Amino acid sequence: MEISFTVNDVLQTVNVEDENTPLLWVIRDILDLKGTKFGCGKAACGACTLHVDGEAVRSCSYAVKFVQDKTVTTIEGLGNRENPHPVQLAWVEEIVPQCGYCQPGFMMATAALLKKVPKPTDEDIDNNIINVCRCGTYYRMRKAIHKAAEIQAEKDTNESNMV
Amino acid sequence: MNLKTWFVFLMISIVGVLLALANTPTIFEYHLLENQQSEINKSDEAFNKMMDVLTHQRCMNCHPNDNIPKQGNDRRPHYFGMARGEDDKGFQATNCNTCHNSENNTYSGVPGAPHWSLAPASMGWEGLTRSQIAERLVDKNANGQRSFDELLKHMTEDELVLWAWTPGIDPNGQEREVPPVSKEEFKNAVEYWLDNGAVIPTK
Repeated sequence: MEISFTVNDVLQTVNVEDENTPLLWVIRDILDLKGTKFGCGKAACGACTLHVDGEAVRSCSYAVKFVQDKTVTTIEGLGNRENPHPVQLAWVEEIVPQCGYCQPGFMMATAALLKKVPKPTDEDIDNNIINVCRCGTYYRMRKAIHKAAEIQAEKDTNESNMV
Repeated sequence: MNLKTWFVFLMISIVGVLLALANTPTIFEYHLLENQQSEINKSDEAFNKMMDVLTHQRCMNCHPNDNIPKQGNDRRPHYFGMARGEDDKGFQATNCNTCHNSENNTYSGVPGAPHWSLAPASMGWEGLTRSQIAERLVDKNANGQRSFDELLKHMTEDELVLWAWTPGIDPNGQEREVPPVSKEEFKNAVEYWLDNGAVIPTK
């Protein structure tokens, strides 16, 4: 089965035998984007979180057939060295990761949260950021999420002043 | 006792017998009563069959009274602190569709069906008796302003409701338990109960 979708602004067409293949496998093994991680395979830990049409989804539990004609953003497409995403800047500033394995999922979940809730409270963070980190970096992540919200707000203000 | 007294007694007795005969139900009336009773029994039977499904965990898990979705046969609170949120679908960025799709996922064991969500808070059934559930079911203020026809359509055609009979496998690869009544029996029971006035047995 042939499936076409946009990944990080690039149109991709993949051939899969099983249309129910998890999107995660297609992203990692066919498109070779290794930033999105496999954690539990049961949509429980959130290491595989990416965006489909701007919404955070657990790609280990998302059949690739559902992504036809949609837009996917992975951690590789969130930002880059020249123009990092506020979440990436905040993560660096707060030195969040320990082993780092789960962090792409957390960062994608956070980016999705900031789109919906630009200035999240601790309660918003508790409700929406429910991924699992075995290193226990939750405290630093909370700080980084608030920091990311500040950076995003500054960025938005600067951009509106330029218009 | 003199003759006059006997006569009065006799006349009263005759009048009594005639009155009694005049007010005795005919055979036809007996049949009517039997039929009414039979219909009540059938309606109660349909009600109980319907309730066997509605009170099963496959249905009850998404009809909580505490805004917390439940999971599994043990009706445990949904993992990860998931809750109703503002629109019955979880929180702003992490909601039902973050993990649940429009169909079951056989790779992860995550269940799915169209418009996966909690039932509205007004349709919370957890902890209620069968009669109380039925009262909510037919109360337009609680059931989303649904008429009997609309209720019938919802209960017998909505894909999320009917998911109860195709719940798929859980994350451990085990088949999920289905309700104790077949889908067709349930549909017939709902239709019969509603068609016969949605009588709640205890009333």
